[in-house]
Amino acid sequence: MALTRQSPRGAGAPGDARQGKEPVEEPRHLDSALLLTLLLLTAVMFQDPVRRALAAPVMQSWMTVFVAVVLQALPFLVLGVLLSAAIAVFVPPSFFARALPKRPALAVPVAGAAGAVLPGCECASVPVAGALVRRGVAPAAALAFLLSAPAINPVVLTATAVAFPDAPEMVLARFVASLLVACAMGWLWQRPGRADRLRPPSRSSYEGQGRGPAFWGSVRHDVTHAGGFLVIGAMAAATLKAVVPAEWLRAAAGHPVLSVLALAALAVLLSICSEADAFVAASLTQFSLTARLAFLVVGPMVDLKLFAMQAGTFGRPFALRFAPATLALAVAVSALTGAVLL
Amino acid sequence: MRGNLNHQAQAALLFLLGATVLHAGLTDLHLRYVKAGLRPLLLLSGAVLIATAAATVWYAWRRPRHAEGHREPRVSWLLTLPLLALILVAPPALGSYSATHTGTALREPLGFPDLPAEGPLRLGVGEYAARAVYDHGRHLRGRSISVTGFVALDGDGAPYLVRMGLNCCAADAQPVKIALTGEVPPVLRPDTWLELTGAYSPRRTTDPVNDGPVPYFEVTAAEPVPAPADPYDDAWAG
Repeated sequence: MALTRQSPRGAGAPGDARQGKEPVEEPRHLDSALLLTLLLLTAVMFQDPVRRALAAPVMQSWMTVFVAVVLQALPFLVLGVLLSAAIAVFVPPSFFARALPKRPALAVPVAGAAGAVLPGCECASVPVAGALVRRGVAPAAALAFLLSAPAINPVVLTATAVAFPDAPEMVLARFVASLLVACAMGWLWQRPGRADRLRPPSRSSYEGQGRGPAFWGSVRHDVTHAGGFLVIGAMAAATLKAVVPAEWLRAAAGHPVLSVLALAALAVLLSICSEADAFVAASLTQFSLTARLAFLVVGPMVDLKLFAMQAGTFGRPFALRFAPATLALAVAVSALTGAVLL
Repeated sequence: MRGNLNHQAQAALLFLLGATVLHAGLTDLHLRYVKAGLRPLLLLSGAVLIATAAATVWYAWRRPRHAEGHREPRVSWLLTLPLLALILVAPPALGSYSATHTGTALREPLGFPDLPAEGPLRLGVGEYAARAVYDHGRHLRGRSISVTGFVALDGDGAPYLVRMGLNCCAADAQPVKIALTGEVPPVLRPDTWLELTGAYSPRRTTDPVNDGPVPYFEVTAAEPVPAPADPYDDAWAG
């Protein structure tokens, strides 16, 4: 297959070039191109036993749902990654500092609303928010942007509309609830003595490269990174769908308060990319629209992978306070919004 | 960082993923998992993935020093899973297992368009069920009807003819079921596609999973047919 043509060069040339640069590190590297080749060849060799092992109906149905979630979400992921790479590379960060009002109280809603025109999933918004803080944007405004951008941008809202063809009000509810939470969190963090808990990030990974390498490097990194988390989300969704007895879900779904809390917890655990989460939410047909709205509002703002990224970018003390506060507020606001709009 | 993907492995992974997505989009394979309307987006994203792989190889080749130092996410390895699932297994469209574990999704449609006045009727599973349950079979009585779907057997071995419907992708697929009576073939294997000819039956039962309404169909003849290219039915899910 194509892999065997590609991998000798991939395994050889850059490795040689690296050897002079970091001679101490190199021996510890297990060449991943080689590993990938071996993995794929092994899988092809043992495909018959693997197929037999997967022939049980429950495994088949698990795999069908798994592949379906990945295939359905992948085009939207790729689209979002392309747009966010274009913005990260072709729009100078100083543009945002100039465009925002000087007073933080005003800058928060403006930055929150600005999230609507910056497509990307939450993996993309953490580095962009870090860049904004570095370029002198008020931290409160950057936080509002961090929370709103992955939830209310056109790509995500379009995906939501596609996933809920029978409930267009879901798109409006998601937009309103996410923007409210983002602005409220921004204003909360704007109070004196709050901003110092946020440790501004120090470097940008794409500075000092040409635009072409920076653009494609960003696309490659974001697709493999967010795609990996998408696979985790798809596996969790498939497991929920194929393995968890329908009675459990129905029991949780039947209780109005429990259903909202259950799906909020699920959103935190699944850590699905915001460009894909609408499709997972649509598949949770047992749950009320309000509970699914909580899933869609919480997911892009608080989840396991996002917590890790926020802790890495802004410091662990900040993330430890910011994430639980956002979760509580997001659940409350989506319950209220659901009661009004859905 | 042992075990991390370097740029070349990422490029290979992206290329394979793109090629697989293109393959699924160009053949009928994608119809097992998603709606036909997603096809252009699938083809586009497959092309972008391959272009990304090509650009990565190109820049790494021209300026190899940029390939170092940056820690690559270990989570990327997981992208091999959908790749292997699609290349090696290509799981089938959801069938009788999901159908018997999910309640019927029959809902009352907004209206019942007129049927042709003469000759045998060819109806979808969902349309027959909706007209039988919510229209009391008004236009179905005394007509020869044919429906196509796959066989599912419930816990007691009672046969159903089922068609799954999609809202968005196979993750939210829900079945519509018709219970079979009359000259049902003595040996039925689940997941066999059948074209049944018969007549309306006023009998009703309820789905054992969610107590939804399930109409009966009086079978006079059954013929095995190949599975359709698009195994899902979205006519009823409007």
